[in-house]
Amino acid sequence: MIKVSKSAARLALGVFLGGMASSVALAQSEPVTMGVVTFFSGPAAASTGLPGRNGAELIIEAINSGSLPAPYNSVGLAGRKIDPAYLDEAGGNAKAITETRNLIQRRGAQVLVGYTGSGTCLAVTPVVEELKVLTLFANCGTPRIFEEEKRNYVFRTMGHTVSDGVAAARYLADVSKDLKKVTGINQNYSFGTDAWAEFTASTSALIPNLAISDKPQWPKFLAGQYSTELSALMLDDSSLVYSSFWGGDLEALILQGAARGLFERKQVMLSMGADAYDRLGKQVPDGVIVGGRGPYGLLVRDRDTVLNRWFIKSYREKYGHEPNSASYFFAQGVLAAKVGYDRAMEKHKAFPTTDQVVETMRGMEFESFSTTVKFALGNGHQAVTENGYGMTSFDAKENRPALKNVKFYPPACLFPPDGTASQEWLKSGVKDAKC
Amino acid sequence: MNVSALIITLVLDSIQYAAFLFVASLGLTITFGVMRVLNVANGSIYAWGAYAGAVTIGLLVKQGVHPGMALALGAAAGIIAGVVLGLLIEAALLRFLYNVDEVIIVIATFGLFMVLENLLLLTFGVQTYLAYEPMMSFGTITAFGVTRDLYGIFLMGVSVLSGALVWLMLTRTGTGKLLTAVIEDSAISSALGVRVRRLFALTFAGGCALTAVAGALIAPTVSVAPGFSLDVIVFSLALIVIGGLGSVPGAMVAALLLGFARALAVHFFAELEYFAVFAVMVAVLLVRPDGLIPLPKPRQI
Repeated sequence: MIKVSKSAARLALGVFLGGMASSVALAQSEPVTMGVVTFFSGPAAASTGLPGRNGAELIIEAINSGSLPAPYNSVGLAGRKIDPAYLDEAGGNAKAITETRNLIQRRGAQVLVGYTGSGTCLAVTPVVEELKVLTLFANCGTPRIFEEEKRNYVFRTMGHTVSDGVAAARYLADVSKDLKKVTGINQNYSFGTDAWAEFTASTSALIPNLAISDKPQWPKFLAGQYSTELSALMLDDSSLVYSSFWGGDLEALILQGAARGLFERKQVMLSMGADAYDRLGKQVPDGVIVGGRGPYGLLVRDRDTVLNRWFIKSYREKYGHEPNSASYFFAQGVLAAKVGYDRAMEKHKAFPTTDQVVETMRGMEFESFSTTVKFALGNGHQAVTENGYGMTSFDAKENRPALKNVKFYPPACLFPPDGTASQEWLKSGVKDAKC
Repeated sequence: MNVSALIITLVLDSIQYAAFLFVASLGLTITFGVMRVLNVANGSIYAWGAYAGAVTIGLLVKQGVHPGMALALGAAAGIIAGVVLGLLIEAALLRFLYNVDEVIIVIATFGLFMVLENLLLLTFGVQTYLAYEPMMSFGTITAFGVTRDLYGIFLMGVSVLSGALVWLMLTRTGTGKLLTAVIEDSAISSALGVRVRRLFALTFAGGCALTAVAGALIAPTVSVAPGFSLDVIVFSLALIVIGGLGSVPGAMVAALLLGFARALAVHFFAELEYFAVFAVMVAVLLVRPDGLIPLPKPRQI
């Protein structure tokens, strides 16, 4: 009985799909299915997954109702509404590959936005290239994706992690000149080890006088208890402590560090600290250097542009709090899709094919909510933006986390020239950087 | 580097981490010692306790309750969560498994672990819960150039106290003696009128309460979120294997050993932090396959 109804459903679907392909009129009213992929469960869900999902959802709804501020106030992607299909990234690379295939082949996703883990991005890249589906990586950070091979259908809508390290070194050179030595505490997995390697390579190039401790700490991801590591950091004679912790681990490190007096003894730099400061408020002492992978979240809370004001206000109205950096990443990813489709439509005077969108997006520049995005690297597939850091300085009068000494550096100052691999560029002492 | 400060720090680090591991695995130790139930879901009970504690503390502090008072009530919430879960699990699952092979129990409690983790997700969602006020209100102490947080020292005290109480209870009270009889031979005990099932249920609920209150007390030091109990699951199993399954003094010695190995590694060979823990386990098991202080094996005729 069940078997019969299943095959009947397949038949109906086949008829439906056939009908859709042959009828242009019907196809035009069909929405574009957009896969939105991030962590809805697991340790990254609270800090990244849900804020990211919310950022995407807000922009998708605004695009569908045509309520984004100008110049993005037309309805839909090249006139067609977006039908979002959400997918949980948790569960490992093998699962992500299978589910991405399902998302495309069964749920009919025509464009994908998202992916947070660098591992997932590397794993799904060959799949989406093979299936020729426009994929906009909104969050993951490894520079490898576009440096190892030329990509066609994959774009990344924010800067990669090398700019985080270079911006950190530039900020230290500008703001905290008297630091002699740095130690670090980073999670013992790819993001943590890469962040430390990129940061120290950047300081070696830009602040050669800053010695690097030979005893950085490598606790496991999700370790949660850092009492022993904090002791070791405080006994180290370094004056600066760098950490790329994020999410719950970062909050635990800040709380335990504050209880132990870490922040009074050391200058601390948290490359992912802006979101945690946003949540913890005055539990984070003043004077901590925080970043957020670019001009997003708390770092641009007071940036006074129409798009940014609209984004913060609409996000707060819908979700009850301010957007964090991941909300911006995903909002920017969805917006990039709209700009790509709209411009391709303008050029070709008809709803564009994926290849036409890809061709339009290659090297494209557009104004996002908080910053200008330009696909300048990786043969026009890797976005560059400004990047920067600030220093915590709690605003007691308004009782809210605030920053001082916020400094942003332009892309030419932070990224290697197109065609140069990041690692070699760092080794060369960031040659040809223009600040 | 100041040598005396280093030594004091090393010792305190070892004890603090040992205290954390010990209190988190005490419940696991006694349920195995008494019931021969290796409860793989222990880490979930810990997480439930932590969520119960964090939510309670967070709500109370928001109402203006003193952080110390909030901590006490948070701990109470943890105990309640542990007892309720313990009794439910015993009634719904374990009582059908008392006469089956220990391996089956491991598999069953592993399944239970997954169920409890997903129930956690359903109940509390994926967001993080913060309850730092008690830890912050305890403040710090500086002596001999070493600064420690008083909350960490308070946790050490709780750990030692709960270990001592459990050990005294098992060896010095009437209930403890009944339990010892049950451990020796549950069939004969039951023939002699000991209500074995009720004792088992109480022990399991007590073990769960201990684990959950450990979670509730750790909650102020961390951000309580999915996955935060992973380390506890792995390390508490390593700890009870090293100490000798079911042995409270063994668990205490093993915790100190692991704490010391980890502190040494962190201070001198940071990359080896996790290797050190398992190297200790391998070394101990090579020499003493039953653990450091194994439970005496009952002679049966």
